[in-house]
Amino acid sequence: MIANAIPADPVVSNLPQSALNNQEVVDAFRRKWGLDKPPVERYFTYLGNLLQGDLGTSIKNKRPVLDDIRQYMPATIELATVGIIFGMLMGVGFGVVSAIYRNRPIDYFVRGFALIGVSFPVFLLALLGLTIFYVQLRWVAGPGRLDARMTAPPVTTGLMLVDSLVAGNGNVFLNAVSHLILPGLVLGSFVSGSIARITRSSLLEVLGLDYIRTARSKGLSERRVIGRHALANALIPVVTIIGLSYSNLLTGAVLTESIFAWPGIGRYMFRASTSQDFPAIMGGSLLIAFIYIGVNFIVDVLYYFLDPRIRFG
Amino acid sequence: MTHESGLVEDQNQILRSLRRNPIVILGLIIVGLWILLAILAPQIAPYDKLSQDVNIRLNAPDAVHGFGTDELGRDILSRVLWGAQITIPAGIVVVVVGSIFGIIVGAVAGFAGGLWDELLMRITELFMAFPTIILALAITAALGADTRNAIIALAIVWWPTYARLVRGLVLEVKSKEYVEGTRSVGATSTYVLFKTVLPNCISPAIVLASLDIGNAILTFAGLSFLGLGPEPSSPEWGRMVSTGIDYFDQWWMWLYPGMAIAILVMAFNFIGDGLRDLLDPRLRK
Repeated sequence: MIANAIPADPVVSNLPQSALNNQEVVDAFRRKWGLDKPPVERYFTYLGNLLQGDLGTSIKNKRPVLDDIRQYMPATIELATVGIIFGMLMGVGFGVVSAIYRNRPIDYFVRGFALIGVSFPVFLLALLGLTIFYVQLRWVAGPGRLDARMTAPPVTTGLMLVDSLVAGNGNVFLNAVSHLILPGLVLGSFVSGSIARITRSSLLEVLGLDYIRTARSKGLSERRVIGRHALANALIPVVTIIGLSYSNLLTGAVLTESIFAWPGIGRYMFRASTSQDFPAIMGGSLLIAFIYIGVNFIVDVLYYFLDPRIRFG
Repeated sequence: MTHESGLVEDQNQILRSLRRNPIVILGLIIVGLWILLAILAPQIAPYDKLSQDVNIRLNAPDAVHGFGTDELGRDILSRVLWGAQITIPAGIVVVVVGSIFGIIVGAVAGFAGGLWDELLMRITELFMAFPTIILALAITAALGADTRNAIIALAIVWWPTYARLVRGLVLEVKSKEYVEGTRSVGATSTYVLFKTVLPNCISPAIVLASLDIGNAILTFAGLSFLGLGPEPSSPEWGRMVSTGIDYFDQWWMWLYPGMAIAILVMAFNFIGDGLRDLLDPRLRK
């Protein structure tokens, strides 16, 4: 719907200037892509095709949108997963530390650090990371999924880490890991700020409750009180925000993907939206909706395991 | 109006504790300084934002050009100062326009209820279904890339959060007795909505807006970085960083404008964080 409301003409952005002056070419273009039909008819045609698993054909590269998504999605899944793992480790770690040492210098330090982290534009973090760890120190690999000298393993899942293991190629695996670290860290620090904030406030709320005092008065070690008693009960909001961050990384990592030349869905959507490639935009939007529903479902299932009241209730 | 006095007292207390919070003060000072720099840019910038000199292109920072020069020999320090004139108003305008529109939509939906509520909220959800940056990209690309259109696109993706927030608050407030009272003395619906209901649910929206400016600036810079903002020669910070990427080894080309964004956004976040802590009932003791 939104795609139809935008007052731009895909004809203008997809035909060369010379063809635009030729009315015959323009008409043929409109007919080919069904742009001469009224929106309602186009909508139902789209729905009909959708039911048969056909997302249409990209105006830009003339390939079925579904094939495009199959090609670009695994790269994004791989990167977003590494990113959310980094973000979880940093976010929950920082959050717990700053809740335990509430209003002590270490709390202020960690919170200040997180606040500064979320204030950095992603592209600046990426450029700083590339300069320091790739150009200067040479600890990690640069943009792309593999070095140019490497041959990609045959595609089975599309996930480079899995494919290289399936092919039994250790070198490619290590190279892929090295390419994932930096963009993964950038995405991770991008989401770790909000995860840390929620972890801290959720844990602080739980730590003020009576049963924590009981646990302490029983003489349990502080580690056990925090780990077993407090954290387990503070996890529900934390899992919610992690799920939300994961959806965001899976759908909106346009900036990171373009700096690291990552052939993922973010860049695909960027290209599609700047060239008014409606079938690609619609396909991508459907995909995004499915991702949100899917991740929300996983989060709901996790609630079930985390909270016995939901399990037995 | 007795029902307002409690609110005013509350706000005074919040303002008092804000003044005591050093982080908030620091944020306010930095934001103030940036606004001052933006206003004074024409006077204090050592060079013109566009004046080129190929003899000094890509010079590293030195005594003459404190932040170095870019690929056309333009002074980067001057451009960063001029850039503040674009980025700061852009972020503020996006949040102000987006929030006002969202507040009106949310207030009407919540107050009118029924079919209007359904209709307005389904439209709101339609806009929320897309990731912010993707929708903003599509709209800017469709309207044509320039500063004004980038701001319009961001305002369009910005309002739904406010609409949802305010709708919920209006639903709560409109059933209060004093609203009933105002109605019973014969006030029109418009009067009740804008004079009685809305003033009592506006503060959370204002807090959200102040938390949001940093975020809006980051997103605007991101759009501009992707080439969907001001024209290439503009001294907008995100744009300068994306030009700088082509000259990766000349770090001063991307580091200084990038840091300008980071410091400004940080200052807004300092203010927002102080506000949020004060208003989070779970953390208030």
